[in-house]
Amino acid sequence: MDKEIMTGMYRNMCKIRRFEEKVSELFAAGRIPGFVHVYIGEEAVAVGACSALMKNDYITSTHRGHGHCIAKGGDLKSMMAELFGRRTGYCKGKGGSMHIADIDLGILGANGIVAAGIPIAVGAALSAKLRGSDQVALSFFGDGASNRSTFHEGINLAAVWKLPVIFLCENNLYAQTTPAWAETAVEDIADRAVAYSIPGKIVDGNDVVAVYETVEEAVKRAREGGGPTLIECKTYRWRGHWEGDPQRYRDQGEVEEWMKKCPIQRFAIHLMKKGIHTEEELKEIDDAVKNEVDEAIQFAEKSPLPDPEEALEDIYASTGRQVT
Amino acid sequence: MDREITFGDAVIEALQEEMRRDPSVYLAGECIQVSYDRSPLLEEFGPERVRDTPISETAIIASSLGAAVTGMRPVAHIMFTDFLCCCMDEIVNQVAKIRYMFGGKANPHLVIRVQSAGGGRSAAAQHAQSLESWFIHVPGLRVVFPSTPYDAKGLMKTAIRSDDPVMFFEHNQLRRIKGLVPEEEYTIPLGDADLKREGKDVTVFAYGYLLHAALSAAESLKKEGVDVEVIDPRTLSPLDKDAIFKSVKKTGRLVTVEEGAKTGGVGAEISALVADEVFDYIDAPIKRVAALNTPLPMSPPLEKFVLPNESKIIEAVKTIV
Ligand SMILES: Cc1ncc(C[n+]2csc(CCOP(=O)(O)OP(=O)(O)O)c2C)c(N)n1
Ligand SMILES: [Mg+2]
Repeated sequence: MDKEIMTGMYRNMCKIRRFEEKVSELFAAGRIPGFVHVYIGEEAVAVGACSALMKNDYITSTHRGHGHCIAKGGDLKSMMAELFGRRTGYCKGKGGSMHIADIDLGILGANGIVAAGIPIAVGAALSAKLRGSDQVALSFFGDGASNRSTFHEGINLAAVWKLPVIFLCENNLYAQTTPAWAETAVEDIADRAVAYSIPGKIVDGNDVVAVYETVEEAVKRAREGGGPTLIECKTYRWRGHWEGDPQRYRDQGEVEEWMKKCPIQRFAIHLMKKGIHTEEELKEIDDAVKNEVDEAIQFAEKSPLPDPEEALEDIYASTGRQVT
Repeated sequence: MDREITFGDAVIEALQEEMRRDPSVYLAGECIQVSYDRSPLLEEFGPERVRDTPISETAIIASSLGAAVTGMRPVAHIMFTDFLCCCMDEIVNQVAKIRYMFGGKANPHLVIRVQSAGGGRSAAAQHAQSLESWFIHVPGLRVVFPSTPYDAKGLMKTAIRSDDPVMFFEHNQLRRIKGLVPEEEYTIPLGDADLKREGKDVTVFAYGYLLHAALSAAESLKKEGVDVEVIDPRTLSPLDKDAIFKSVKKTGRLVTVEEGAKTGGVGAEISALVADEVFDYIDAPIKRVAALNTPLPMSPPLEKFVLPNESKIIEAVKTIV
């Protein structure tokens, strides 16, 4: 892996961490309305996976989507403004945290419906194939999502049609308050690949290099016409399911154990050991990222709220407006 | 003896009492063992009867149906109204129709408890919808939408005992409101509207969270000399037509209020019934207060613009008195 990619990965992981830290602060302070689910602790998954994609490849995301969006190149200002419900946001304030999308970057949206993005990614992959493009689609989803029918229908369809899709399960051990063992019959979600006759891989989701390499291989296979792969990344979310979650379903000791396995620290150590970056350089990267996040917040705060009547726009293509 | 308890606790009391009374009652749903509000149900009844499910809306509803027609009385939990869309076949083609298709030989006695209905908190297009009007369109389903802790408890008990499938909607803004609920057991029949406020000038039909907006609108309008009657249907199917007609005959004016989009909504049905059956008593156009015909936007000024509220009710009343 070349140095530039690794530096970029480190920067993006920091970006996600710093962005999410601010988001949770701003949410607690009542500055961000709506529902917010943050990604802290899982940065290596989004960054490892998206670093193995081309700019024009597609992703579908989840309710916990900020990290995916940042890793795929999303613009922090447009994201933050969207969280603030401003007109300058990615979705003009209509979508909020759970619906951030950037079609130009292949980000086919965060999604409020668990597992809804899985078959949508299958469609994007079909489209790429029909258009004769070599694009691939990657769908992020959680352990909980793998129990919905859309997961099973989507993967089977992609397998039958041999489509260029990567199904990327972020197994963070919980679906809201329910532990994975209590709701998923298999211990490793990757095992479900057998049912669809596709490869199933398990990766340490806190090891960004491992995620990158595994996704890279699946992408290669997909581009060459080999069909889909299911990849399960074992990871953990540090914060509550949603901001404000009292977390009565897990003990703090477990959280602390996982915090010791911080994916960013781990990658930092890797970069230093390999002599790719010094501690100073890494700190500079992180400081620059913090500034970028602060600028995004200032941008959001300065941006106007939409006019109420804008609610009537974007419902239909034909008129742009809904006529009652 | 009445006590003041929250809407959320009133529903839990109903579940608890019915689970004690009838061992065939069980609960199933996502993350219900550790719910938002601490509930004593898991401790008392254990995980066999308070069942956490995977995120599998189709299986939650269909398995409840299978259990119901073989003797159980499940209360199937769906977290948000929006997620009903993930199990529409199960609700509309299976649950609603099984009795009829089988010539009356199956009893789909399950409750579909929709734990979070409606908007008002910037939850955006997939976590804030009001879709109850869809279900009154489907023969075979009962639709309950309570507005107070008292009604919620009495209706939940009846819903569980009903041999028909009941969709039970709980508006997200009602969970923490308080109201008087008797300690003694009581039930409320389905199809029995409640006159929440008497008045003689205009009838306002409202339910759920907006019932409260209608009541405060009535208070404001009183100061301007308009005497508003507020009728709460409590159940949309069966619908207490007689109570609505009686009120409309008295006031000669009707405003319907609902949180869902106006087109094809509950108000459309109520207006049509009134126009059809008691037309001679109506002295003014019927007004429908409802959400604008848009998906729900996240940004607060947009959501506020789209959703109905107290001032929009006042405005509507003023146009016809
Ligand atoms: C169809 C559907 N059912 C339920 C929910 C409510 N819900 C939102 S996130 C979530 C848990 C998702 O767990 P998982 O897929 O593991 O993702 P994680 O939150 O752990 O990232 C649930 C139950 C939903 N949004 N959509
Ligand atoms: Mg999870």
